[in-house]
Amino acid sequence: MSAPLDPTLVATPKDFKTDQQVKWCPGCGDHSILVQLQKVLAARNINRDATVFVSGIGCSSRFPYYMETYGIHSIHGRAPAIATGVKCANPELDVWVVTGDGDGLSIGGNHFLHTIRRNVGLKIILFNNRIYGLTKGQYSPTSEAGIRTKSSPAGSIDYPVHPVAVALGAEVTFAARAVDTDVQQLQIVLQRAMDHQGTAFVEVYQNCQVYNADAFEWATDRNTRLDHLVYLEHGKPLIFGKNREKGIRVNGDNLEVVELAKVSPDDLLIHDERTPNPAHAFRLAQMHYPEFPEPMGVFRAVQKPTYEELMLGQLAAAREQKGPGKLDKLFTAGDTWKVA
Amino acid sequence: MGTTTSTKVPAGQKPGPQVRELSQAAVRLAGDSGDGMQLAGSQFTATSAIFGNDVATFPDYPAEIRAPIGTLAGVSGFQINFASREIHTPGDRVDALVAMNPAALKANVGDLLEGGVLVLNSDEFTAGNLEKAKYDQNPLETGELSRYHAFKIPITQQTLEAVKATGLGPKDAARCRNFYALGVLYWLFDRPLESTTRWINGKFSKVPAVAQANRLALEAGYAFGDTTEMFTVRFRVKPAQLRPGTYRSLTGNQAAALGLVTAAEIAKRPLFYGSYPITPASEILHELSECKTFDVRVFQAEDEIAAMCAVIGAAYAGNVAVTGTSGPGMALKQEAIGLAVMTELPCVIINVQRGGPSTGLPTKTEQSDLWQAILGRNGECPLPVLASRSPSDCFWTALEATRIALKYMTPVVMLSDGYVGQGSEPWRIPDPAELPEIKVQFASDPKTFEPYTRDANGARPWAIPGTPGLRHRIGGLEKADITGDVCYVPENHQRMIDLRAQKVANVIHDVPDQDVFGDDGGPLLLVSWGGTFGAVRTAAERAREAGQTVSHIHLRWLNPMPRNLGDILKRFDQLLVCELNMGQLQLLLRGRYLVDTCGLHKMQGRPFMVSEIRDKIDELLGGAA
Repeated sequence: MSAPLDPTLVATPKDFKTDQQVKWCPGCGDHSILVQLQKVLAARNINRDATVFVSGIGCSSRFPYYMETYGIHSIHGRAPAIATGVKCANPELDVWVVTGDGDGLSIGGNHFLHTIRRNVGLKIILFNNRIYGLTKGQYSPTSEAGIRTKSSPAGSIDYPVHPVAVALGAEVTFAARAVDTDVQQLQIVLQRAMDHQGTAFVEVYQNCQVYNADAFEWATDRNTRLDHLVYLEHGKPLIFGKNREKGIRVNGDNLEVVELAKVSPDDLLIHDERTPNPAHAFRLAQMHYPEFPEPMGVFRAVQKPTYEELMLGQLAAAREQKGPGKLDKLFTAGDTWKVA
Repeated sequence: MGTTTSTKVPAGQKPGPQVRELSQAAVRLAGDSGDGMQLAGSQFTATSAIFGNDVATFPDYPAEIRAPIGTLAGVSGFQINFASREIHTPGDRVDALVAMNPAALKANVGDLLEGGVLVLNSDEFTAGNLEKAKYDQNPLETGELSRYHAFKIPITQQTLEAVKATGLGPKDAARCRNFYALGVLYWLFDRPLESTTRWINGKFSKVPAVAQANRLALEAGYAFGDTTEMFTVRFRVKPAQLRPGTYRSLTGNQAAALGLVTAAEIAKRPLFYGSYPITPASEILHELSECKTFDVRVFQAEDEIAAMCAVIGAAYAGNVAVTGTSGPGMALKQEAIGLAVMTELPCVIINVQRGGPSTGLPTKTEQSDLWQAILGRNGECPLPVLASRSPSDCFWTALEATRIALKYMTPVVMLSDGYVGQGSEPWRIPDPAELPEIKVQFASDPKTFEPYTRDANGARPWAIPGTPGLRHRIGGLEKADITGDVCYVPENHQRMIDLRAQKVANVIHDVPDQDVFGDDGGPLLLVSWGGTFGAVRTAAERAREAGQTVSHIHLRWLNPMPRNLGDILKRFDQLLVCELNMGQLQLLLRGRYLVDTCGLHKMQGRPFMVSEIRDKIDELLGGAA
């Protein structure tokens, strides 16, 4: 993470706003994510001049235009690859990728996978609204099976992918999830992502007011959401419910919802975000509403050398061993001969 | 074979073979793809180059790593042309052919000149191998090789015998037979063994038994030539009169890599090379991966698209950013190249062309990506395009491509091809004073900075992240002039289209006027570009020597084209455009200059032969002069 430009200056969220008019629809979850991120960056007094936002194509990908940092609004699906180039060219920069479910997991699925497995030092925020919004309402790779859209009038026959599970499959070193309207929790997750060395992946359940309204109502409704979400805390058992009356227990290979009144607290699944084996986090990522409460917070946070560190490390090691490269030496490497 | 200049028996020796002096000779080594022919060929090349000959090579190998042993599909060949004068091509037909098995003989003997030397590994002419090569009868027995000086040598047996002392098993021992064959060739062409011996010692320093075995095989092959009375003649090709200097043998891909490292060093910026492995461009990736004492950041991407995109990111962040690929990969990169045009970021895209369409002929050469380079993107999307004409020229082309990219803030396409990229020739190591100046000036003044202002060349400022106060956003949506904000205003789109086109047109200030080989006007002008330079220039030279009035221009710049090109074209009665495609440059010349052209096309995955071009010249000039 880069140092603040001037430690004596205290940034405010306004410092991260651009003069561009924000063009998302009223009620879109993107507004909240933008505001929370601006708050988080300001609170940390992040150096705007050493921060780069890279996006692809889609509603969420307009994000860089609204962040008073450096930025690239690129082409569909390719933001992780472009951001990898930025980070390798200058590892001092804080590089964020903003993507959506279609951009990141459909057209850009390949880059998503490989950026994560390399552990490039990027923060990837995936706005998951489970729909193609910018192209006006086709089903996306995260849409629920059977969803009726313009391109699936008889119901979608695609099974969805689950972003956190995909990231964990590529052994992401940091994975977290939040809901757009849960401002506090979203801020916590974004802060944690910011502090992570290596690829930090954050999925945000984001409401598309126009084409997929209420897709996440179960996760946002004040009256019921606590029954449908479980907040992950490292080292603590998985407990949820309006009155924290329910928990998650391991039963053989499966997880099950239990009532606390009927089981010993010792039987509950304890969350461990630091365990090297991604299987624990992957099991959490398989908890889907309505069968389970869906986990929110940090699934996994482990340390492993980053790609750019290893890349520059090899160069430094070679220079240490053989001295800095000289062109005349390079030119005359191998067999040479003289013509008089 | 070049002209015989003298025939003599060396004094003071037993009456042995005649030594015939040649000005030039072409040799091809052919065998199964596991026979080590590429290696033996590179050693012959290095030895000849160090000896002082001008050399040009052409490797020809199958796309399969290991096609079925002994079959025609598995034949791998390596051709070397070496001379005591300047040469431009690996030669049309060969003076000597080594065939390590029947399939190699069948696939290559048609290119051996009548009376040429044919060295055969007789051990491999078994019933099974003959059948795999689709020979009904053993060609060693039918007399069909009587047109050549054929030498049947039990190379496998002789090799096993020679390396016995090393204790290697029969399989490992037999692997040394390429060095035995090389030894025979070294004797036949009077080449010293030192360079190859040194190479063997270095290469196999950790496995002394293998090093010893290869040395023994090489020496045994040489000694066989010396002691057998089979050969009645051996050949000598004297050193060439090359431009004074220190030389080194390089393939085009190695030269391109060196050019990129050099450009980044001069520019004093890190080099970022993002690439996905693809034949025949991968050697650039390999070469640069070895350059770790320089600030060369090599990113092996997950695919062609990611490679190009990472290059865009690295360029934005201030590196000298380059990607390399071949035809199909170029097609995949095109959308991202469009983004580089729109964001006006400097980068270089090297396309080492191969046979297409689709997967096509991965290991064979072609020039069919010219349209793809110039026209291959959505929208009005111009960028500078230049092509290298020979292996060593890849060094200079890569340097120039990088210089132009940085000067004009634009992606630049450098076209190479399989023939140039994998062929080799001597490269004169340049003096530092010969290298161009490459200056990088990043924007730094927040008071005056706007992302889409332009300098005198039409280039926008390069403002890299990390610079205080220059925060700005770029992207693929149309930009407003000056501010770079997203802009859909109709007049602005027209203006930006014009500005981007003008910027690329401005590169003309860095394109030298076209020079003409031969007369400034006349009945016939040969026009070529890229890797066909050698064959076309040689054809022009020979035609002129024969009294024909033929001129030749070879284009380095395809976009923009030299300022005086139109005038030159109009001074000739006939224009013959020679290219390894079906007329891509022809269409561009007709479109730009309203001139009629005639084309010589060849789509066989192989370079032009000089004779093919000369035949066409004869046809157009109404027969030989």
